[in-house]
Amino acid sequence: MQHGKYRFIAGFLAVPLGLYALFVVWPFIQSIYYSFTDWTGLSPEFEMVGFGNYERMLDDEIFWKSLRHSLLFALVLPLVTIALALFFAFMINAGGRKRKGGPAVTGVRGASFYQIVYFFPQVLSIAIVALLFAFAYNPDSGAVNSLLRGIGLDGVQPLWLGDPDLALWCVMAVLVWSTVGFFVVLFSAGMASIPAELYEAALLDGANRVTTFFRVTLPLLWDTVQSGWVYLGILALGAESFAVVQIMTTGPGGPDYSTTVMVLYVYQKAFRDGQAAYATTIGVALLVVTLAFAAAVMRLGRRERLEY
Amino acid sequence: MGSTSGENHESAGVGRRDLIRRSAALGLVSVPATSFLSACASSGGGGEDKAESGERTAKNPLGVNDGARMEFVLFDGGFGTEYAEDAVRIYEKNFPRAEVKFSATQKIQSTLQPRFNQGNPPDLIDNSGAEQMDMGVLVGKNQLADLTPLLDAPSYDDPDKKVRDTLRPGIVEMGRFDGEKVWVLYYAYTVYGVWYSQKALDALDEQYPQTWDQMLAVCAKARKKGMAGWTYAGKYPYYIPFSLYPMIGKVGGREVLDAIDNLEPNAWKHPAVKACFEAYYELYRKGYVLRGTPGLDHIQSQTAWARGKALFLPNGSWVENESANVIPADFGLAVSAPTGLGSSDKLPFGTLWASGGEPFVVPAGARNGAGGMEQLRIMLGEAASKNFTSKVKSLTAFDGGTDGITLTPGLKSGVAALEKAGDNVVNPRIQDWYVQLQKEKIGVAGLGEMMAGRLTPAEAVRKIQGFADETARDTSIKHYKHA
Repeated sequence: MQHGKYRFIAGFLAVPLGLYALFVVWPFIQSIYYSFTDWTGLSPEFEMVGFGNYERMLDDEIFWKSLRHSLLFALVLPLVTIALALFFAFMINAGGRKRKGGPAVTGVRGASFYQIVYFFPQVLSIAIVALLFAFAYNPDSGAVNSLLRGIGLDGVQPLWLGDPDLALWCVMAVLVWSTVGFFVVLFSAGMASIPAELYEAALLDGANRVTTFFRVTLPLLWDTVQSGWVYLGILALGAESFAVVQIMTTGPGGPDYSTTVMVLYVYQKAFRDGQAAYATTIGVALLVVTLAFAAAVMRLGRRERLEY
Repeated sequence: MGSTSGENHESAGVGRRDLIRRSAALGLVSVPATSFLSACASSGGGGEDKAESGERTAKNPLGVNDGARMEFVLFDGGFGTEYAEDAVRIYEKNFPRAEVKFSATQKIQSTLQPRFNQGNPPDLIDNSGAEQMDMGVLVGKNQLADLTPLLDAPSYDDPDKKVRDTLRPGIVEMGRFDGEKVWVLYYAYTVYGVWYSQKALDALDEQYPQTWDQMLAVCAKARKKGMAGWTYAGKYPYYIPFSLYPMIGKVGGREVLDAIDNLEPNAWKHPAVKACFEAYYELYRKGYVLRGTPGLDHIQSQTAWARGKALFLPNGSWVENESANVIPADFGLAVSAPTGLGSSDKLPFGTLWASGGEPFVVPAGARNGAGGMEQLRIMLGEAASKNFTSKVKSLTAFDGGTDGITLTPGLKSGVAALEKAGDNVVNPRIQDWYVQLQKEKIGVAGLGEMMAGRLTPAEAVRKIQGFADETARDTSIKHYKHA
């Protein structure tokens, strides 16, 4: 039977692999091919230009700025989101005080309510979230500055998205807000599968909540955290960061290029400036960055597995 | 008991979890980079045959084939679709045997780019909106038809007058890129300037200021009443040029604006540019700009202005339609040519920026290009023009067409401003020649930063000159010059 096994597996894989090749691999190859041309995207004719687009990219100051911002996104967003999500998930699942007659390990009061509330942003489309926050950040009549005025801070009225020092952080905050809920649920599910005996044993040994978290919960959750990290990093390099920057920021990409990211630059070059070939060049750079990010996380995050 | 690593037989090959995780990671990796461009993979020409031309008569000077199909794609934006549908009905009446396919979309580029790439574009396109296709690239790649036959044809109403002689100033020139051929016909006519409420000015007991000293005085007076002098679309600071560029033209003469358009070295270092920058910076420095303006988008700034939080707003004539729902009935909407510096300005007060909007093009690969041009000829007739003006509160490229219809306050004031300007209409081309330079570099990174107080006028001039030089050096961009 052994020899038939591979044919059997191949039979199952043929269709998905074919689809994958057609809709993922082939466009990749095409993009790389176009990055060596001068295709405008607006007419069928183009010529090969060799490495011209790549040389231009390395000289392009806006490209470097967008690369910097994209990398910042890929570092900060997963860090903050995962830290927050882990904290919330721990509080929901194991952060509560022991109540009389209840189980030894339990979440804070109202945990099930919080779990649902945290998930709410996830059901809103990112475009709507971005639009809502663009209104909230309105320095003249937005919710944030109105709140500041309401508590008597009339002198503190930042420009938020209009300030190059704040704009990028404002945008990141929106992404954190909209993605943290999903990871709370994901980590909660992971924590629920950690046996209660381990917590009880830790408690008997006199561990407090912080120690329990770092010595018990986090190591047993490591695989989930790592996957989440890759997922968030890719989110931050790709579609989600494009949506918020495109919808919310000055210009978009401003003020003074303070929020421009690689995906936005690809979009602007392809669909505003009629330079599709150069856009695919930046797209190839984005592909390299994304692959490098995924590889780095996978490698750095490698740990001995714990069996329980 | 579970295990975080799934199956416990690592040696037996790739674990199920690992497989899923790795393939998921691969799939995710591909998401951001997946080439959305694959949709427009160039598959080369292969267009259909062109329609034969019909007989040229006095009624049909362009020789439209009565039996040929005509396809018209409209941008479905602020002007709506009704005006075009009405014009299509006239076409159908004049060519009863012709089938007309009319469609309207906001996604001009996504809809039409593949069709250009395949070589079967429609016969007439309103190439407008956020997804406007880059006109310079279309011209450079020979994708557009020369509209000269249309311009030399007799006009729809008067056979003794050519179409080109019935158009407003600047329309024909704007359709050129380099050389004599005219590639684009801008159908709407936009008046740019400083928009304000006559009622608010009356309440201050002031006239619209003609010199900058008067401007500062009016702003000071407004502030005493708790009203800011100016606001603008802070998130899209390329609205500031709508009043700043004609001011530069008024102060230093047309040649300063032409030099800027031509990307001449040191064009921005002209004293007139610096003086006007300093004048605008003074508005910021004296606190006459509405607080928070750099964080407002165009709608938010227009709303704040319509509610009386600020007196003046640099904008175009579409503001009347766009903000119709927040402008109060007794607002007294009016537009003025920009305030100058003083009596030593080169051009008189009234010098105004007015130019075409809603660019219509006939693709070179169109099957029935004559039909597309005929449709435009109909739209440039007096009846269709009046229909447009009364329905969407905007002027058209057709010179006239405002008699006998009731004009809204903003439109009336726009017509008056055009009359006052006479020949002193300027038309900076930088915003259609170099979109990235105008919007994101000069607008956001230059003027936006200066008006938010983060650059001094001298720094802004230096930075913008640097951007202009960069664009002039960039060989991937097509460069244009004033004739």
